[in-house]
Amino acid sequence: MISLRDITYKYHNDDAYALNHISIDFKRGSFVSILGHNGSGKSTLVKIIMGILRPTSGDIFIDGKPVDKDNPLELQRRFSIVFQNPDNQFVGATVIDDVAFGLENLGVPHETMVEKVESALKEVGMWEFRNHEPHRLSGGQKQRVAIAGALVTNPDVLIMDEATSMLDPDGRKEVLSILKKIHAERDTTILYITHDLREIEDSDYVFILRKGHVVNEGTVREVYEDTDILVSSNLELPYNIKLSKALCDGAYMSYEEVVQRL
Amino acid sequence: MLSSMILGRYIPGNSVVHRMDPRAKIIMTILFMVVVFMANNTVTYLSLILFVLFILVLAKLNPIFVVKGLKIVFVLLIFTFLMHLFLTKGGTVLIDAGWFTIESEGIVKGVFIGIRLVMLVVITTIMTLTTSPISLTDAIEKMAHPLKKFKVPVHEIAMMMSISLRFIPTLMDETDKIIKAQSSRGSTFMTGKVKDRIKALLPIIIPLFVSAFQRAEDMAIAMEVRGYTGGEGRTSFRVLKWTLKDTIGIIVVILFGVLVWWLRT
Ligand SMILES: Nc1ncnc2c1ncn2[C@@H]1O[C@H](COP(=O)(O)OP(=O)(O)OP(=O)(O)O)[C@@H](O)[C@H]1O
Ligand SMILES: [Mg+2]
Repeated sequence: MISLRDITYKYHNDDAYALNHISIDFKRGSFVSILGHNGSGKSTLVKIIMGILRPTSGDIFIDGKPVDKDNPLELQRRFSIVFQNPDNQFVGATVIDDVAFGLENLGVPHETMVEKVESALKEVGMWEFRNHEPHRLSGGQKQRVAIAGALVTNPDVLIMDEATSMLDPDGRKEVLSILKKIHAERDTTILYITHDLREIEDSDYVFILRKGHVVNEGTVREVYEDTDILVSSNLELPYNIKLSKALCDGAYMSYEEVVQRL
Repeated sequence: MLSSMILGRYIPGNSVVHRMDPRAKIIMTILFMVVVFMANNTVTYLSLILFVLFILVLAKLNPIFVVKGLKIVFVLLIFTFLMHLFLTKGGTVLIDAGWFTIESEGIVKGVFIGIRLVMLVVITTIMTLTTSPISLTDAIEKMAHPLKKFKVPVHEIAMMMSISLRFIPTLMDETDKIIKAQSSRGSTFMTGKVKDRIKALLPIIIPLFVSAFQRAEDMAIAMEVRGYTGGEGRTSFRVLKWTLKDTIGIIVVILFGVLVWWLRT
């Protein structure tokens, strides 16, 4: 169990707080989404979790113990992250080198490294592409490699910071289905950050962020039902929500249910 | 023109030369360069050519393809040949046009120096054609390792080299995109006065720099969160394996050097 308690953050050159009293709990192995419009503070929150930024106030607890914020390495060992731009996080010269990067940094012996890299690449279905250079891969494939590189160090939490927002619809589907598989097979917590309401269908729990505040939280069904908050958070409603709102006064229906109803 | 250029390019393959340890290839290339400078008569220059052809065959590279890819070098070659033709004196006078003479020694020198230049370029090209940039970087890092004692940041330099190499295609694509975007806005940098053309380049270079800096910052964060703290305590996924063929390769080049030394006048 990972808990953020009352996290507040302000950038030096800003008047407003980027984050206001954020408290979030992640159960081990759950798939948690954080939804928010541009500038709502999603990336700032991620940087705090990863130890890149130190919160102005507030604490992070792992299994009840507060983490040492002066030692970001501890955080980085427990959290792995995939960023938005597929090109700007590809460190290695080839797929296999890139996946090995995190293990090299930890000083893992060579034989162990070879095994772990192979199983991580197979997990995301990129083993056949192991010798490819990044410019010969699609965006979706690059993000799958990034996921393998994030999982190879066996983190407690995998954070996806708008990792699909630069991908085409196919790439997006690829990445989402890999995450679904990881969620089913591992007990890694997935923290999925997005501004796209259509991508949260598979989440166990959703937080909605607006201007640094958590304005709503709950299961997918629960947050979908309060459409006013979604609208006021500048989130674009997907068609099934719009339809279900028109058809039966806001009660949430999934795509299948809408189709059936029609 | 640019697409057929092979200077500095790598072409994947599976020949013996491809499979050699990059360190061995670097050492062999340097040794061969020394041998090139020992040659000083027809026999020795001929044996240089034969030896290079032999390596081309071993590397399964088509000599015609290599020669075609090195067109740019031939401009330099013709220039040095002409220099020697007109300026080197000695031997019998072949042409005497009053204000200049062409003498036999000039032709001989011109040809020899030309061969020397071609051999140097071809041998280094064979090395880069058969070795991926990342293996070369690894080899340089390993070979420069002793410099660490003198506080040279060997690992960091190698890391910088490998990341730069990795970003070349990305930045090329980006340049292409920006050029297209600016052309569609009516920018012309292929025609017009030199001054105007340089001016028109600015709207390409500036966005390119802005995005390169953004990429560098993203990359730095991505490396940091993946636990990168520099070379200390790091292990390496790529291992260089020195095998018998590497030792044999170096011995062959040394023996060839001894032969050339014996044949020179
Ligand atoms: N380096 C910075 N310096 C000052 N202010 C910043 C900085 N980075 C972000 N901010 C501000 O903090 C707020 C939250 O930004 P953040 O990047 O966390 O949002 P986000 O939800 O990730 O947005 P996006 O969808 O664009 O990625 C914004 O108002 C932004 O202007
Ligand atoms: Mg962001």
